[in-house]
Amino acid sequence: MQQGEDMIKVTKLNKSFGDLHVLKDVDLTVKESDVVVLIGASGSGKSTLLRCLNFLEIKNSGKIFLEGEQIEEETHNLNTVRERVGMVFQHFNLFPHKTVLGNVIEAPTQVKGVPKDQAIQEGKELLDKVGLGDKYDVYPSTLSGGQKQRVAIARALAMKPDIMLFDEPTSALDPELVGEVLATMKELAEEGMTMIVVTHEMGFAREVGDKVVYMHDGKIVEYGIPNELFDQPKEERTKAFLSSIL
Amino acid sequence: MSAIMHFFDVFINSFDVFLNGLWITFQLSVASLIIACIIGLFFALLKISNIKVLVWIADAYIWIVRGTPLIVQIFILFYGLTDIMLIPMFWAGVAGLAFHSGAYIAEIIRGAIQSIDKGQREAGRSLGMSNGLTMRRIILPQAFRRAIPPLGNQFIIGIKDSSLVSFIGMQELFGVASTMGSNSFDYLPYFITVAIYYLFIVLVLTVLVNKLEKKLAESD
Repeated sequence: MQQGEDMIKVTKLNKSFGDLHVLKDVDLTVKESDVVVLIGASGSGKSTLLRCLNFLEIKNSGKIFLEGEQIEEETHNLNTVRERVGMVFQHFNLFPHKTVLGNVIEAPTQVKGVPKDQAIQEGKELLDKVGLGDKYDVYPSTLSGGQKQRVAIARALAMKPDIMLFDEPTSALDPELVGEVLATMKELAEEGMTMIVVTHEMGFAREVGDKVVYMHDGKIVEYGIPNELFDQPKEERTKAFLSSIL
Repeated sequence: MSAIMHFFDVFINSFDVFLNGLWITFQLSVASLIIACIIGLFFALLKISNIKVLVWIADAYIWIVRGTPLIVQIFILFYGLTDIMLIPMFWAGVAGLAFHSGAYIAEIIRGAIQSIDKGQREAGRSLGMSNGLTMRRIILPQAFRRAIPPLGNQFIIGIKDSSLVSFIGMQELFGVASTMGSNSFDYLPYFITVAIYYLFIVLVLTVLVNKLEKKLAESD
């Protein structure tokens, strides 16, 4: 296993929606090039944790460090922070009024000021990489779910993020389309991308994950290497969860 | 039979004068609806701003417009504006019409913006786009498409409502019909004539809106 620098470190993170306390004193460290898989029942806080990490949700308390630097909502420009943290959503959220290539070059040209020619060239390379080299000029509505999600991955990669967050990237897909998206993610992991993945795909967690985090009721219950956590869970809660899904 | 022949006579003989009126109606409508769209977008953004005082200002504006007859608004703006500054009748009329349509367009645009899936905004923000950039590049283009049918409807209402500025003395389509009718004491053929002109304008606009809708639907 690679022992890199801390890419993301979270300490004592708390998040509530009104009276609902969703994240309770969550501590998590993700090393550079690690793939951390978050598992747990729905409502356990996995997605909220992910969304706090790129500030789509603003935490109530706790600290978030990105590459050693503490990010504070009040003083940091969150837009530039988000440039470094790519996000892939369950429902893709592609821009329907833009072509596939248009989706990919939108943020680099508009946010980073990358010249259009260069953005197009890089965008095409990314789309080739995710296997959509023949789809540059079509609109997202003509794509399958798996293709849409691969475009969404390419779109996030176009900003050259330091870390990629995946929020149940295959949960909205037909079963036969899950594989192509997981393959793309695996390839990305092999290239050394730091990734945090919320998923129910235990095979992926075992094969690609460096660490697995089991969350329950807003807390991290167990944290470990996939084979150990899956085969010899220490906590009763983890055992119960794993037996319910496997 | 002779009544119909008489109508055709009136229709053909009044063509030149009505063409003038049509041109003025066209200018009034285009100017007022462009301004109304700007006003509408502005107040729509106020309404979704989540800043209490701004929402309150937008609500007050919409309440005033919806709560009073257009003819009253036109008269107040006409006498109000001409009292405080030298303003041509045309622009007083445009101001009245734009002030009125703006409120309805604000509600249309607000509804369209709020109908866009919140995942679109999150996708934009997650890519590092600012709130304003996300609104301009991601939300508004989609909201605009969704707003086209109700906007087209509002434009039709706006064009027909422009007839009311004849009461401050504009010789647009309806003004021409009233004047010619009362000059000849022969009202009916002139009002039927003017109705045909309005039907024609609305027909053209409907076709244009449908075409635009089809063209923009290509990506869906």
